[in-house]
Amino acid sequence: MDYIDPHIHMVSRITDDYATLARMGCVAMSEPAFWAGFDRGSVDGFRDYFHQLTDVEPKRAAQYGIQHFTWLCINAKEAENVSLSREVIAMIPEFLDKPNVLGIGEIGLNKNTKNEATIFLEHLDLAVKHNQLILIHTPHLEDKYQGTRMILDMLCDDSRIDPSRVLVDHVEEHTIGEVLDRGFWAGMTLYPVTKCTPERSADMIERYAGERLLANSAGDWGPSKPTAVPDLIFEMRRRGHSESLIRKVVYGNPIEFFSQSDNFRFTPRDSGEDRSAS
Amino acid sequence: MPRTADQILEESFLDVRAKLLEVAATLDRIDRAAEQTSDLSSAQFDRRAQVNAAIEICGSDSPRRAEQLQQLFSRPYQVDWRKTMQL
Repeated sequence: MDYIDPHIHMVSRITDDYATLARMGCVAMSEPAFWAGFDRGSVDGFRDYFHQLTDVEPKRAAQYGIQHFTWLCINAKEAENVSLSREVIAMIPEFLDKPNVLGIGEIGLNKNTKNEATIFLEHLDLAVKHNQLILIHTPHLEDKYQGTRMILDMLCDDSRIDPSRVLVDHVEEHTIGEVLDRGFWAGMTLYPVTKCTPERSADMIERYAGERLLANSAGDWGPSKPTAVPDLIFEMRRRGHSESLIRKVVYGNPIEFFSQSDNFRFTPRDSGEDRSAS
Repeated sequence: MPRTADQILEESFLDVRAKLLEVAATLDRIDRAAEQTSDLSSAQFDRRAQVNAAIEICGSDSPRRAEQLQQLFSRPYQVDWRKTMQL
């Protein structure tokens, strides 16, 4: 089955991973800006990174027939440096017209600090002013519940934000309900240990019926599995779910959400197929 | 067609058995070390109590055990976070 990984950090993966993903049915992916495993020291470091996301990775993906889209921001881990964060936010518009940029992300919180919240709000302002989609990171482990609630508070307090243009990622059993109830899209990140397994993700799809729900691998430099979305497809088939429900979650929903960006010029593998087909 | 409870238990029994054995073996390992070396520090004692509470949730009849475990392992939501941070 063709699928889209809506959140995967390919700058941290080897080229063989592109080949494997293509063999598994991946036809498109979106790559949010992310922490590199260390704190970058200058705005020029981010300019180089954004060049990699907007020019280099699309070409690397295209060699394997995969369409590559991306999101730009300074992530929450580096938001403790408020002055650098503001320099990066001021520089981001240089890249917003690049053809594969879908929006601002993954912005959010990590340890739920005042500086993180300050920079999150400034990213929201940037997104609204440039009419960009928003992709949000929610914290790990014991900080997730508080952080997700803080993020939803900030989003809902801003009347300029349209929830249907926001994807809140890394939801789990205790956060998914409120994200969906408030009208946002929700992303389930499939991780070997610290986030959600394919089995628990399938449980949430059964409970919430797959509306405004996406699944991703994150596929970053830490312990993660870039082929986690095919693992979810396998688990849903094993449980006897319909091909149409599986396809909706791993293909139709990403297309529906991403299509709100003018830069999402996606070509299905079958060129006769409508791009909004689910 | 949704799978029956019988089918789900049949398919997942060995997985659940293996996960429970891992938990049991880990608790044995912690207790052996506590006997042979030193007792748990207060921070780790609190974590051990959290694990006990989690096991109780697993043994309950609640229909939302996974969500309750997530809440157990979460910091509580502070409604006044904006005031606290002066944001």
